[in-house]
Amino acid sequence: MAEFTMPSLGADMEEGTLQEWLVQPGDQVHKGDAVAVVETAKSTIEVECFETGMVGQLLVEPGTTVPVGAALAVIEPTAEGPEKREKHRKAEKAEKAEGKRPVPSTPTLATPTTPPERAGVPAPSAAHERGHTEAGPLLRHAAERSGIDLDTLHGSGRGGRVTRTDVERATAAAIAAQPLRVRATPLARRLAAELDVDLAAVTGTGKDSAVRAADVRKAAPGPATAAPPSPDVAAPAHPSEDRATAMRQAIAGLMSRANRDIPHYYLSTTVDMAAAMDWLHEHNRRSRVAERLLPTALLLKAAARAAREVPELNGFWTDDHFTAGDGVHLGVAVSLRGGGLIAPALHDADSLELPQLMTALKDLVVRARTGRLRGSEVSDSTITVTNLGDQGVESVFGVIYPPQVSLVGFGRVGDRPCAVDGLLGVRPVVTATLSADHRATDGAVGARYLTTVDRLLQNPEQL
Amino acid sequence: MGATGQPQEPKTTYREAMREALREALRSDDRVFLMGEDVGRYGGCFGVSLGLLEEFGPERVRDTPLSESAFVGAGIGAALAGMRPIVEIMTVNFSLLALDQILNNAATLLHMSGGQLPVPLVIRMTTGAGRQLAAQHSHSLEGWYAHIPGIRVLAPATIEDARHMLAPALADRDPVLIFEHGSLYNASGELPPPTAPVDLEHAAIRRPGTDISLITYGGSLPKALAAADELAAEGISADVIDLRTLRPLDDAAITGSVARTHRVVVIDEAWRTGSLAAEVSARIAEESFYDLDAPVERVCSAEVPIPYARRLEEAALPQTADIVAAAHRVVE
Repeated sequence: MAEFTMPSLGADMEEGTLQEWLVQPGDQVHKGDAVAVVETAKSTIEVECFETGMVGQLLVEPGTTVPVGAALAVIEPTAEGPEKREKHRKAEKAEKAEGKRPVPSTPTLATPTTPPERAGVPAPSAAHERGHTEAGPLLRHAAERSGIDLDTLHGSGRGGRVTRTDVERATAAAIAAQPLRVRATPLARRLAAELDVDLAAVTGTGKDSAVRAADVRKAAPGPATAAPPSPDVAAPAHPSEDRATAMRQAIAGLMSRANRDIPHYYLSTTVDMAAAMDWLHEHNRRSRVAERLLPTALLLKAAARAAREVPELNGFWTDDHFTAGDGVHLGVAVSLRGGGLIAPALHDADSLELPQLMTALKDLVVRARTGRLRGSEVSDSTITVTNLGDQGVESVFGVIYPPQVSLVGFGRVGDRPCAVDGLLGVRPVVTATLSADHRATDGAVGARYLTTVDRLLQNPEQL
Repeated sequence: MGATGQPQEPKTTYREAMREALREALRSDDRVFLMGEDVGRYGGCFGVSLGLLEEFGPERVRDTPLSESAFVGAGIGAALAGMRPIVEIMTVNFSLLALDQILNNAATLLHMSGGQLPVPLVIRMTTGAGRQLAAQHSHSLEGWYAHIPGIRVLAPATIEDARHMLAPALADRDPVLIFEHGSLYNASGELPPPTAPVDLEHAAIRRPGTDISLITYGGSLPKALAAADELAAEGISADVIDLRTLRPLDDAAITGSVARTHRVVVIDEAWRTGSLAAEVSARIAEESFYDLDAPVERVCSAEVPIPYARRLEEAALPQTADIVAAAHRVVE
């Protein structure tokens, strides 16, 4: 028996709030499956399971804040044949390929007052065990569109086959099970959030029974006897402000620690980007719009490759010694819309092809900004890059993200006067900087790293 | 307004107030002159400029040929040359013949000259229906002009605004269009002595209220006020907003009123589709969404050419009863 515990999603995390379970007791889980959604000071993150087995008891209710390391659920190990595991992997891959998540929609940061809605998609159940359900492509398509898992249906056709009627019935049931959206005016909604009134419990007197402001006021408890906020509609008056404050505090704690504990040394070099930009323009000219690359992709790739060649900078300083990272997981600093930043990892960035890296980067930025990062992305980057070039600055000397030992900074790729072959020319150049932990390395290693970045960028076709 | 007027004190009409404003402008500034079809000998087709030719002479009160594009263009040229022309176009329907001049020249020259060529021109015209003048004299197209950046669009709805809006309009370095609703000319009432100079930036609260906002302008204001009277008798307190300046719109007045009442009826004599009422409603959705306690209602003209026959014309236009009914739907 194993425990699924609140993971540490970064050095700055001390506790997390369980937002939602993505599994039910009895579900099979595999190492790497997302099992829960956890909210930290910085973001909402899907956390993955490190065990394979069956979910036993869920120990923590959604909405509870627990410290890192606290047990969240029990995972019972099961003997599972390799064949089945293979099938599961395939299914997961297929889902990924379609860009579909295996989980129902969950509240995003923008709508903190909406309770998690799970209805509509029947939870995966023991029916999974029955294995493959026979159904034609048409039915599969219809089921997929309605978010119905065919494997959960009891087929009424010959030999237990799922028929069209079964799917239609399940679709109707799924729709019926969805909580009805309460008809309410915008003002009524606003008031309900402010006064902590559950709109669903208010009788509307407006047109088509719409809830109006007056109805909410009538239903609201008096100011003296205000009830404690119910978990369903718990809505701080300004959730975004609270989050911004928490984010600021988290960054403040971590960065103070980094500046206090890590003896930084700083290096910078100017990299001639002429070859890289020429190659990039040529590549983009030949590519479809969706496949075009940004200079950032080249810079990130070069930073990752250089980290592989100079492993002394790629890893962690813990317990007074350096531990090299198990691969180059490039943390990419992403500034969030509401302020603050987060540096999720591009896993194995050194071995990603440029188009893959570009896709992964876009995906990562979008998910970072919508608060849907995975735990492994937030916790295991081995070296971080901050690229402020799009903000127009020439160079950035960053503060290392502990326990990492180095931080690479890129400024704007811009035309500057530059001595080329003994003559003054105008070339696109970028200033690459390195902030490194002096406990782990000395300037010579750092210099080797920046030189490597430079060399790699001179041969963009090999990146 | 004069709708509920009490018979006492010397009264003036909207028409006389406008004439007085013109007289004052002609007297106080040599650069000001009036031109348009029939403004001189005939006294203006709505009688606004009656007597001004005799007082100021044909140099300053000029009858023009029947060509809107030509005399509006001449007005633009005069403004560029340093004059302060007031151009009268009989009705907004005919102004479309001068739309090219207004939109492509008057509204754009300051921008296209890099700020070197202001066009301090005032164009007055009649708008609206209600006097059995049939489709070609009865439409409300001021919303189209309010669409155009580079000009200011005014809709004086009261005798006071008719009297006092012209002077600041002439002082504006941008072209200013003044829309006078035909049904207002005979409205009469007392003209209070001027207190502060009338500004062209702000809407006016013609009647404060707490339950519903009636947002309107121009010829629909008296109907909205009458509707507010009826609503008050039922205990519904209406906030009546007179937009006064259709471009630029006074957003603060609109959002402020919605914040007080949470319910809105927009009254606009133009056709509903793509109207100024549509613009106001859209802004309320953008800026005051979370203040709304009911969907915004609009009372506009039927989407037909305005009929000649009196009953049909009445049926096509927003009427007080329509406004009251819409208010009931919103307040419920």
